[in-house]
Amino acid sequence: MTITAPPEFEQVVARYEPVIGLETHVELGTNTKMFCGCPTEFGAEPNTQVCPVCLGLPGSLPVANKAAIEATIRIGLALNCSIASWCRFARKNYFYPDMPKDYQISQYDEPLCVDGYLDVEVEGQTVRVGIERVHLEEDTGKTLHLGGATGRIHGATESLVDYNRAGIPLVEIVTKPVAGTGALAPEVARAYVTELRDIIRSLGVSDVRMEQGSLRCDVNTSLNRPGDDWGTRTETKNVNSLRSVERAVRSEMLRQASVLDAGGTITQETRHFQEDTGDTRSGRSKEEATDYRYFPDPDLVPLAPDPAWVEELKAAMPEPPRVHRERLREQWGISELDMQSVINAGAVELIEATVAAGASPDAARKWWLGELARRANETGAELAEVGATPAHVAELQRLVDEGKLTDKLARTVLEGVVAGEGSPAEVVAARGLEVVSDTGALTAAVDEAIAANPDVAQKVRDGKVAAAGALVGAVMKATRGQADAKTVRELILSRLGAV
Amino acid sequence: MSDVTRATAAELGRMIGAGEVSAEEVTRAHLDRIAAVDGQVHAFLHVDAEGAIAAARAVDSARARGEKLGPLAGVPIAIKDVIATKGVPTTCASKILEGWRPPYDATIMERINAAGMVMLGKTNMDEFAMGSSTEYSAYGPTRNPWDLGRIPGGSGGGSAAAVAAYEAPLAIGTDTGGSIRQPGAVTGTVGSKPTYGGTSRYGLVAFSSSLDTPGPVTRTVLDAALLHEVIGGHDPRDSTSIPAPLPAIVEAARLGATGDLSGVRIGLVREFAGEGAEPGVAAAVREAIEALVKLGAEVVEVSCPHFEYALPAYYLIAPSEASSNLARFDAVRYGLRVGDDGQHSLEEVMSLTREAGFGPEVKRRIMLGTYALSSGYYEAYYGQAQKVRTLITNDFKAAFEQVDVLVSPTTPFVAFPFGSRTSDPYQMYLADLYTIPTNLYGGPAISVPAGLSEGLPVGLQIMAPTMADDRMYRVAAALETVIPPLTPPALSGSNS
Ligand SMILES: [Zn+2]
Repeated sequence: MTITAPPEFEQVVARYEPVIGLETHVELGTNTKMFCGCPTEFGAEPNTQVCPVCLGLPGSLPVANKAAIEATIRIGLALNCSIASWCRFARKNYFYPDMPKDYQISQYDEPLCVDGYLDVEVEGQTVRVGIERVHLEEDTGKTLHLGGATGRIHGATESLVDYNRAGIPLVEIVTKPVAGTGALAPEVARAYVTELRDIIRSLGVSDVRMEQGSLRCDVNTSLNRPGDDWGTRTETKNVNSLRSVERAVRSEMLRQASVLDAGGTITQETRHFQEDTGDTRSGRSKEEATDYRYFPDPDLVPLAPDPAWVEELKAAMPEPPRVHRERLREQWGISELDMQSVINAGAVELIEATVAAGASPDAARKWWLGELARRANETGAELAEVGATPAHVAELQRLVDEGKLTDKLARTVLEGVVAGEGSPAEVVAARGLEVVSDTGALTAAVDEAIAANPDVAQKVRDGKVAAAGALVGAVMKATRGQADAKTVRELILSRLGAV
Repeated sequence: MSDVTRATAAELGRMIGAGEVSAEEVTRAHLDRIAAVDGQVHAFLHVDAEGAIAAARAVDSARARGEKLGPLAGVPIAIKDVIATKGVPTTCASKILEGWRPPYDATIMERINAAGMVMLGKTNMDEFAMGSSTEYSAYGPTRNPWDLGRIPGGSGGGSAAAVAAYEAPLAIGTDTGGSIRQPGAVTGTVGSKPTYGGTSRYGLVAFSSSLDTPGPVTRTVLDAALLHEVIGGHDPRDSTSIPAPLPAIVEAARLGATGDLSGVRIGLVREFAGEGAEPGVAAAVREAIEALVKLGAEVVEVSCPHFEYALPAYYLIAPSEASSNLARFDAVRYGLRVGDDGQHSLEEVMSLTREAGFGPEVKRRIMLGTYALSSGYYEAYYGQAQKVRTLITNDFKAAFEQVDVLVSPTTPFVAFPFGSRTSDPYQMYLADLYTIPTNLYGGPAISVPAGLSEGLPVGLQIMAPTMADDRMYRVAAALETVIPPLTPPALSGSNS
């Protein structure tokens, strides 16, 4: 089989129909773990947040965390799912050192929430993504394999395990296959994960931070020729940012197309997304798939959420992000198109918070979609991770409004903020960037410029006001750009009697 | 002072409370007895003399301070080695857990300690509670005090033998398919399996989670009820623990001891009648039932048509759960580790450790269970077995609409000679023929001495509805007025 040069994306979607599916894992922000009383804080010293239960010591037993069950039901309700009146935990059996019991307590054929949907907006279209199931399980520990070439367990000379994460409640959300989105498939995938993240954040049940692993995503992709049955799918893991979700679908579509174009067949397998190159690499083949020997966990009584309780939870659901966004759009007085660019930039909450911190909606939007979006783009970071907070942006704008910073100076200050030099006020102080508003000092600089350029000054006195530009330039140079150009110009004209 | 090792736990508790004897004296007497006879019996895997003396002294000083003591304070107890005991070795009689000292106590241990009871040590058993003879202990079998050439039953042979040989007045066993009751029957002791969920499993190293039940091993019915009351009741750390108060079991045992069973309806399971039991066992059981009738009980025959499928269903469910429960013994966090020499991969170390660390019966059941749960076979094996379990439960429920308790032999045969059933696993499995249905149903059952057959003890099993443990104690205590506790022949090298 020869692999031809990768085809263009447009050609791929002209020849093939993509079908995508997403499996998302969300670590719940409960105070304690799923089946024991250990704390769940991120970043503690290894193996300090453990007990006999989450270490799977012989004789220990799990007891389900009610807060986690409640959070899962609320996620299910937000995704328009039916909530099971009776369901069970199941054991997923396989040997791996980061799983203390060598089985994971999960749910199998009896999930807590089933059969829902989530509507997402992509390029003005609403795409309905079906939700197959939402279930609750426990997270595994973390393993570090040393000494091997791959960082994987095979070939490692030593493996270190941290069980702090073992037993943290994990919600798995599985979509139904999404077909018929054509060229939009990568964007639909991204929009779905974004919307899901926003919903879960609005419920307050997880901090859904992809970079910390509290939101993790596996992407299934297949291609088929129009009219044919769905193709063989691959599962791409290690997709750790919203941008990567989109890139992973796109690159997997391109890769599969080039295999199919060359007359090859797609292997059902797990692939790993490569953050640096943006492509996927083959992992474990599903042909050697493990038999997980699922069976109902006899240590845990079945879950039977009281319908009255579920109704109570339903009644107390917060405003869905879509409705919330529409309300914001009206408050900010912007068009749907403008709102869409805010959403695409992932800036809704940032702008909302910036406005709450005192900035005008227009100013908040200007900074987040302008300077900060540009920087995020350059560095490939999410907007929220760019280094400036809504409070910073609001403070920056306040300094501009008070005339303490010019727009140009403000951009310089923002650079300092993004570089981690502190709040805007701190950067202004440290870098000495405040506008020269001391009229005495400014007048002296103006007089100096007039004295040094008698010819230009005369032209202005003669009514050639445009010539003042040269004098403004000289003053700005003398004040190292820290004066407000408009003020300088007015001062020059008034000194020369040209107003 | 008379030999305190012959006293019942109830008597010892009373004497200690009254200051007639100190807890330390009682403990030392039992430690001396262990030193004298356990070389022959091998009931213990670990004796914690130091811890026992310290616990006994704590009770004595509490009494000296005028604190009110519970009815079993200062009374020694032996614990089956499948129960997690903080800082004290807990091996499940397996090489794979050799030297493991749990960092925590099982819930029932916490309750035993809180009651001021004195743990003497940990008793021998079939590895991971899989077996009916203790011949599958990785540390050598326990011998039956009635005949040292015979098995003491299993899996809890160590606990039963310790009690029968007066090494301890009380012991804890665990019953998954009969591991408390069958050893009780063949050693002439009382073995009580509470309602599933009536005693906490937290800290019981799991064999089969949906069946495992800890319970008392004693010489008298009242002692069993007293110990049951200490360890029983709801435990929020065990999801399957029943959130309801215990039935009034001690009162029931005292009521039964009046010898009046009028108004009590006793059922004989028709399907058990023709099957399996040795003639001597059948005869002793028949006599015991006649005795119950003389005490006023009414006896009727009931039908439990699905009991004949109990054994095969059990040997699918229990191994399936075991195959998953025993996966954690993987050399990573505790216990044995084989092949960690830089020459083997982690997967090889796991597999070498499990190969070396598990005995033949444990491996047999892990393989059986792995197969029964595997995709494509799950419905035919595990799924079918669960359906049988439901049918057996329905049989019990129907029977208990007609009668208060069911009775049967505890086990079809008296203590058998070592080696006579190890070559054919099925012959060993038959030992639990009469005890397994109760485990599948989840109800309580007790084995009490029903006399001797050719000089060896026979047990009568009394089964009751779930959370009606009081009924079996009443009937068992009544039988005790007719057939008093049995005394085994003196062991050589001891004065009794
Ligand atoms: Zn824990």
